[in-house]
Amino acid sequence: MADKKKKNVPPAAQTYQAFQDKRETKRTVFTNCVKAFLVGGSICLIGQIISTLYIYYFNFTEETVGNPTVATLIFITMILTGLGVYDKIGQFSGAGSAVPVTGFGNSVISAAIEYRTEGFVLGTGSNMLKLAGPVIVYGVFSAFMIALIKTILVEWGGL
Amino acid sequence: MMTGSRTWSFHQRPVILSTGVVGGPYEAKGNIQQDFDILHEDMWLKQASFEKAQQTMMEEACQIAVKKTRLEKEQIQYFISGDLINQITPTSYTAKTLGIPYLGVFSACATTTESLALSALIINGGGANYILTGSSSHRSATERQYRYPTQYGGQRPPTAQWTVTGAGCALLGKEGSGPVVTSATIGKIVDMEMSDPFNMGGAMAPAAVDTIIAHLKDRKIDPSYYDLIITGDLGEIGHRTSRDLLNERGINVTESQYVDCGLTIYTKDQPVMAGASGAACAAIGTYGHYLNLMQKGVIKRMLVVATGALHSPLSIQQNDSIPCIAHAVSIEAGRDQL
Repeated sequence: MADKKKKNVPPAAQTYQAFQDKRETKRTVFTNCVKAFLVGGSICLIGQIISTLYIYYFNFTEETVGNPTVATLIFITMILTGLGVYDKIGQFSGAGSAVPVTGFGNSVISAAIEYRTEGFVLGTGSNMLKLAGPVIVYGVFSAFMIALIKTILVEWGGL
Repeated sequence: MMTGSRTWSFHQRPVILSTGVVGGPYEAKGNIQQDFDILHEDMWLKQASFEKAQQTMMEEACQIAVKKTRLEKEQIQYFISGDLINQITPTSYTAKTLGIPYLGVFSACATTTESLALSALIINGGGANYILTGSSSHRSATERQYRYPTQYGGQRPPTAQWTVTGAGCALLGKEGSGPVVTSATIGKIVDMEMSDPFNMGGAMAPAAVDTIIAHLKDRKIDPSYYDLIITGDLGEIGHRTSRDLLNERGINVTESQYVDCGLTIYTKDQPVMAGASGAACAAIGTYGHYLNLMQKGVIKRMLVVATGALHSPLSIQQNDSIPCIAHAVSIEAGRDQL
C-alpha cells in the first residue's frame, strides 16, 4: 500500500513486495463503497428526520435546526460507542460511519473512554481529542485561509 | 552447543515440566478452548486497567505452571519473559508478584521463543535448574498503544490481525519428564521495507523464512525431520507468502506440516480478519495446543518459529519500515513419551 511511495527501496525488497502483494487479501473496494453509501446515507436520513421533527414540533427554522440535530446524533453515537456497537458498525461500513458527524463524535468519545484509566485530567482530558484533534486543527486553519482569501478578493479585488 | 552459524544444540535436553495457559473471552469462543487452563469472561478481569488485566493473566499462568509440578516457587531460579506494552510493565509487575530473579526480554511477538531459547541455553549450560518463561498480551491494551482506542469505529483492512488476550508460560527444568527443548536458532532482522502496520504478517514472512532456512542448514536436516513447523503469528497473508517463499527456495513443506498459531486460535467465523497476533499468540499456541498434541503422542517433533514486528507507533509515524525478526526453537517428545 503505502510502501510504493518509498524511494531507494533495495531490489530484493522490491521483488519481495511484488511477491507479497500477489498474496495479499485486498479490500473489497466496490462492496465497501456500497456499504458506506447505504450506512452513510441512512445516518443522514436519520439526521433529516430529526431536523424535520425539530422544525415541526419546536420553534426551529431551517437555519437554526443544525446544531440541535448534530447534538442529538452525537448523543446517539455516545450511547452506541459506550455499548460497544459503533466500532462494529464502523467495521462494516467504513467511511459510511466515519465521514458523518457521528464518526467525529465516535473518535472523541472512544478516546475519552479509553484513556479514563489514566485519570480524568492526564488521561481523558489530554487524550480525548487525540484522533479528532487534527480535524479541528486543519478545519479551523482551512476555514481561516478561505476567509482570508475571500476578504482579500472582496476588499481589493472589487468582487 | 554451537551448531552452524547461529544455532544452539541443547545436549542436556532441558525439559518443559509444565505449562500454564490463560485466555480471554474471544479465545474462549475460539478453536482451541480445551487447551486453556483458565478462560476469562471479561476483558477487564475485574482490574482497574487493561494493563493490569494482562498482568493478572500472566500471574495466573505462572502460578498454574508452578502448581502443576510439585515445586516451590523458591526453587525456581529465574523468570525470563516479556510482552508488548511500553517498557514491558505487565511482565515486570508479574516478576514483582512472583519474587523470582527476573530477566525481561522484548522481541514483540517473537518474545515467546526468544525467552524459551535463552532459558534452555541457561539450563543447558548449568546456569539454573528451573526457569519460568513465557509471554502475555491483551488486545485492548495493545490496540490502544499501537493503533486506536478499542471503541473507535475505524475499518480494519482484511490484512489486519487480532491481538490475543492471554498469557502462556512454561516451566523449564534440568531434568524430569515431558517434552524437551533440543535446539534454538536466533534470527536476524529482516526488513523488506514494508511499512503498513495493518499487514504485519506480510512484513514478517521473510524473517520466518530466513530463520527456518538457517535452522535447517545449521542442523543439516530436512524439513521432513519435523512433524510440524509452527510459525507464531503470520496470519493468513504471512502464512501463504512464507510457504510460497520456502517452496521457491527449495524447502518443501507440506500444507499439513506447516501451521501458524495465528490461524489456530480463532475460528473462521470470528471477525479476526487475517488471524491472531500478539506476544501471547505463539505462547498459547505452543504451550497450549501444540504441546498438548505432543503429550497425546500425535506429534513427536516440532519447530516453533515465533515472528516479531519490532516497530513502534513512533517509528511508523516517522515513516520508517517494519524491522522483523523470528527465533526458532525445536521441541521434541521426551524419552518417556516415545
